[in-house]
Amino acid sequence: MYTQALNNPAVEAGVEDEEKLAAFQARIDREEKIEPNDWMPAAYRKTLVRQISQHAHSEVVGMLPEGNWVTRAPSLKRKAILLAKIQDEGGHGLYLYSAAETLGVSREELVDQLLTGKAKYSSIFNYPTLNWADVGAVGWLVDGAAIMNQIPLCRCSFGPYSRAMIRICKEESFHQRQGYDLLVAMMKGTAEQQEMVQDAVNRLWWPALMMFGPSDKDSKHSAASMKWKIKRFTNDELRQKFVDATVPQAKVLGISLPDIDLKLNEETGHWEHGEPDWDEFYNTIQGNGICNKQRMKDRIKAHEDGAWVREAAQAYAAKQAAKKSAA
Amino acid sequence: MTDTALFTYCMRLADDSAILSQRLGEWCGHASHLEEDIALTNIALDLIGHARELYTYAGQIEGKGRDEDALCFHRVEREFNNLLLVEQPNDDFAYAIMRQFLFSAFMHPFWEAMMNSKDEQLAGLAAKAEKEAAYHLRHSAEWVIRLGDGTEESHNRISDALEFLWMYTGEMFECDEVVSSLVAKEVAVDPMSIKHLWDETVNTVLARANLERPTESWMQTGGRKGEHSEHLGHILSPMQYLQRSFPQAQW
Ligand SMILES: [Fe+2]
Ligand SMILES: [Fe+2]
Ligand SMILES: [Fe+2]
Repeated sequence: MYTQALNNPAVEAGVEDEEKLAAFQARIDREEKIEPNDWMPAAYRKTLVRQISQHAHSEVVGMLPEGNWVTRAPSLKRKAILLAKIQDEGGHGLYLYSAAETLGVSREELVDQLLTGKAKYSSIFNYPTLNWADVGAVGWLVDGAAIMNQIPLCRCSFGPYSRAMIRICKEESFHQRQGYDLLVAMMKGTAEQQEMVQDAVNRLWWPALMMFGPSDKDSKHSAASMKWKIKRFTNDELRQKFVDATVPQAKVLGISLPDIDLKLNEETGHWEHGEPDWDEFYNTIQGNGICNKQRMKDRIKAHEDGAWVREAAQAYAAKQAAKKSAA
Repeated sequence: MTDTALFTYCMRLADDSAILSQRLGEWCGHASHLEEDIALTNIALDLIGHARELYTYAGQIEGKGRDEDALCFHRVEREFNNLLLVEQPNDDFAYAIMRQFLFSAFMHPFWEAMMNSKDEQLAGLAAKAEKEAAYHLRHSAEWVIRLGDGTEESHNRISDALEFLWMYTGEMFECDEVVSSLVAKEVAVDPMSIKHLWDETVNTVLARANLERPTESWMQTGGRKGEHSEHLGHILSPMQYLQRSFPQAQW
């Protein structure tokens, strides 16, 4: 069940062949898709493996904060919606690990990088889900921010990633609507329910803005990614799109957003917003968020507790294969 | 006119599905690998679907305005009528899989037979549930075989689970006044009429898994009368907490 990566290219080190590089860039500029067996610069491959695997890890770790509410969902309908959403996120993890595997790295290696702390995942999942409205706020804000990030990735130059994103984006927008719908239902409810919604949004708003990464002046990876059309907009541009789309939704919902600097610039039509607390962001990325240690502990425990199950499946498959070849 | 027997019968089936789906939901995000996480969630989702239809139908039969959530979230332990089998904990993956297998090996022929019920609602649900139960059975049976015929550790674990859970299988075949009165009306399935199918599935799968069928021994009972193991209260506490804390709220 754990396929080894099929193509394991020798890592091209150091200087790239100028001609190949120029031909590669020309293909990108013509908006051609790069496929796994095509020539690509080592740095392009490396960037993609890092980005796709981080994305995959985020989907999987992201199952935990929402999973926190599965047994406590307040109605059978909401429980079913929540379970189906978390199941989708697991499916996203699977497609993305598969997309990364086409670049010559195995899922086992990638999972190992996550569990040993070498690989990162989105900082947002290191925040706790503290009341039922968090489930709605995660759908609305976190899936909403993910969509802003991911829609341009549907046109990413790397074919398998682009195709995975097209499929994933459809489901993410569904999650976003369901999350919003949950909040709308609560806002129509009792004062206590409305307070839960406001509390959830107060806690998750800034972490959602941080999902777009550091501001452009501090972002390391942007330039090359833009040239290679892995990325098409800067972090700040995407963050602005998200704020512009979300502020009116907050108004319809009837809640306030916890940013005193938020105001509409009549000339540009954009909502100006305050700066996220970047110290908190870097602190979280470095492992000191409220739930970092808990999330890793949970993932490691699931992996270790499941070791005997995976071993059994492998042993059984090996026995079956031996029987077949003997027959 | 309230049909008390039919109400009780639907509630039992609904409770089985609701409680087992709650147990399966506990795995969400914690299974041994992603594929299995997704598969267990799939089964949980199917069971929630069954529970919702059955509670809704029971509420209509009862005619007191209780909907699916009123029935699921506002009853106490003694009012739940699920099988003891489905409330047993996820001690490990082997327990979860064996519990599912023993249950689905019954539910698949059960829903198949229910398709001929004179009750249109139950027959309609059965047509859909039969297909889903077939998948639950296939999935869990494959794992029973893999674990039984995998490593020494997996063999020991699945065999422990079988030994422990076996005493809860007798309850599936109980036939009290509620069941027999509805069997007479050709509404309910006579559980003894599908016993040979269950035996056949269990014997075949256990043999392929190199597992020995436990000798017939004392069978636990009580679930259908609301007499449960200590686990049920701990399942209901988180499950019902929001509905109980905010009884005025709609979600
Ligand atoms: Fe996702
Ligand atoms: Fe995502
Ligand atoms: Fe999502």
